[in-house]
Amino acid sequence: MIQLRQKSSLFGALLLGVALFGIGCKDKEEAKPSGTGKTGETTDTASRGNTVTGDTIKIGEYGSLTGDNSTFGISTHRGIQLAIEETNAAGGINGKKLELISEDDNSKAEQAKTVVQKLVSNEKVIAVIGEVASSRSIMAAPVCQDAKVPMVSPSSTNPKVTAIGDYIFRVCFTDDFQAVVAAQFAWDQGYKNVAVFTDVKSDYSKAFGELFAKKFKTLGGKVAAEPTYQSGDVDFKAQLATIKGATPDAVLIPGYYTEVGTIARQAREVGLSVPLFGGDGWESDQLIPGAGIALEGCFFTNHFFSHDMTEPHILSFIAAFQKINPGKQPGALDALGYDAAKVIIEALKRAKSLDSVALRDAIAETKDYQGVAGKITLDANRNARKEAVLFKIVGKEFKIFKSYRPEQVGL
Amino acid sequence: MQAFLQTLIYGVETGAIYALIALGYTMVYGVLRLINFAHGDVYMIGAFVGFYACTQWLPFKDLSQHPEAAAVNIALALITLFLSMLLCALLGITIERFAYRPLRNGFRNADAHFWGFVIALPVTAFVGAMSTTKRQGALLFAGVVIGFIMRPVMAHLTKRIKPSSSRLNALITAIGVSLILENGGINVFGADPKFIPDILPKRQFSLLGVEFNSSRLIILIIAAILMAVLRYIVLYTRPGKAMRAISHDIDAAKLMGINTDRVISFTFALGASLAGAAGFMVAAFTNIKVVPLFGLQPGLKAFVAAVLGGAGNIPGAALGGLIMGVVESLVASRYPQWRDAVAFILLIVILLVRPAGLLGKNTAEKV
Repeated sequence: MIQLRQKSSLFGALLLGVALFGIGCKDKEEAKPSGTGKTGETTDTASRGNTVTGDTIKIGEYGSLTGDNSTFGISTHRGIQLAIEETNAAGGINGKKLELISEDDNSKAEQAKTVVQKLVSNEKVIAVIGEVASSRSIMAAPVCQDAKVPMVSPSSTNPKVTAIGDYIFRVCFTDDFQAVVAAQFAWDQGYKNVAVFTDVKSDYSKAFGELFAKKFKTLGGKVAAEPTYQSGDVDFKAQLATIKGATPDAVLIPGYYTEVGTIARQAREVGLSVPLFGGDGWESDQLIPGAGIALEGCFFTNHFFSHDMTEPHILSFIAAFQKINPGKQPGALDALGYDAAKVIIEALKRAKSLDSVALRDAIAETKDYQGVAGKITLDANRNARKEAVLFKIVGKEFKIFKSYRPEQVGL
Repeated sequence: MQAFLQTLIYGVETGAIYALIALGYTMVYGVLRLINFAHGDVYMIGAFVGFYACTQWLPFKDLSQHPEAAAVNIALALITLFLSMLLCALLGITIERFAYRPLRNGFRNADAHFWGFVIALPVTAFVGAMSTTKRQGALLFAGVVIGFIMRPVMAHLTKRIKPSSSRLNALITAIGVSLILENGGINVFGADPKFIPDILPKRQFSLLGVEFNSSRLIILIIAAILMAVLRYIVLYTRPGKAMRAISHDIDAAKLMGINTDRVISFTFALGASLAGAAGFMVAAFTNIKVVPLFGLQPGLKAFVAAVLGGAGNIPGAALGGLIMGVVESLVASRYPQWRDAVAFILLIVILLVRPAGLLGKNTAEKV
């Protein structure tokens, strides 16, 4: 047997220090949003925005092309690229071609801020498209606001994102709506007692869970249990056993696909067999590989798009998409990326001059634009008022199950 | 009571994995007095080997579509388990050879060709466009040539530079190796999460109201077998005996004619192969996401487990792992946000109360 020979307390303290250093490393990569709720006051020294100078109109994009949520960034990028290429093939805007400058934020909030700074000050882009994850949009939006460069988020749903200032827009609905739809849906399905399992490290997840619980209680439902997890965890069985003990009719998991699959598997393992449901964070082609068959028959709310839809404008979008990406099916994130780019392009056509301040005003006037993921009208808070759909997971497919308009849930 | 029992079972399942990783820490600590922080990342590599074997290298079939392939998959999974262990053992030896041995022994004339290859690697890696075979040939040639050039340099350095026996240097090197593996992993594998598909049949059954999952039981069984094999190797084989001799007194062992470098390599291989097995089993049986930071948290927890049981003590590491798993599971069932914190609270408490660990012998520091 190998025996311990020596050990000094100094050495022990050193080990501890190293252990804590390791924890520090882990925390570094987590999203820690700051500067939320800051309104866009401008000072005298504020920037006057960027102006188009060369032969091309530069549009910036930042997204999670690699890292934890890489499928989010990659899907969105495909959509944006399609919109840019279509416009350039049609001759560009006022004879000028569009140039897309894509930056990768590695799925990290601090990195998002850095790359947007680079886009705005070095590349002098006229508009910025991004991000999917709300935590990262919240980090980068103040940069765009201060520089007076409009930022259009394709699919950040946390209400705080556009509250940062008058240069920040989104072409999707907010969690105020999505969570309410989820609550209404749960109630309509006959679930009376729902457990909510939120990710405490994600702004999106926390807001979704809270708003859901509020609406669900006013409808007459009961929240059975509210345990939490942290994105990056791999063992959820203890919390799931607690949920099982509360015998809910269904469990809401407003998280991202990176954890949802594992949670679903372990839920089945602890013997929790009730339906699980969630939000647009589930949309990824990695959801099913992560979950196996554990999510069969489960639901999630999502943006108004499916490759099963047969409206002509959607069919032509899918055809164009598959010309560039053979064998792939576009998802809601591809569609929203396309729509975000299109809203900017349409606004560029209307803008009085080719600078970012005039562009902002033109984007704000967007009304009844028929996007592939629903009609877009930007309201006074720079959010889009749109329909939401519920997908049911059948095998490896997401099938449209139901849809809700804002009026239907009392908004 | 049932809920408590269930939590206990989950804890034992997690603990078995911690124990497997902790064994690697404790063996290396036993022979070298070195905390090999890169060990958690060897566990990560084991998971990645498993991922690539399951999705690309071996003809596994997804059971949700081909339920008849279960028997073939089980055989392939066993092959993958050995493959993970083998590749991780090689990695362990490489890490020791590359990072720790030069630190321990300093520059040696006999190592001239080793350093020749170390220098040749970046040189040939960045020489223009070249096919892979040509590049390998160039590396081989350059390594040998630079090796001969290094001989007189080595002879000179050996006289000038004394090897460092500082434990701090070795520890910092270990952290460096860990960071290289993690960030290299991000470059090579990508940071996006990967999932091993359903390749193994799973059954769920309950006994006395407690849920059991066949795949987690298999992890427990394989872990137990591997630990038994390890115990046999350490207690009853010649290399095992040599390991114990080195852990008692490395200089005396050298004087008795034990090739200490070779035995240390063997120790690293043994520990790393256990970590590799654990990495593959966790990734394949629980289908959690495989990312380059896969080993960070389990590695740290296993390190705590090794200290808890008594660093350098093999049964202690197994015990420490089990205790860690159970404590963590019990805490997480009530206060999930304290799950990670409790491991390190445990570390502080054990260092204060019983610094030698639960099974470790407390001996005075020789000065």
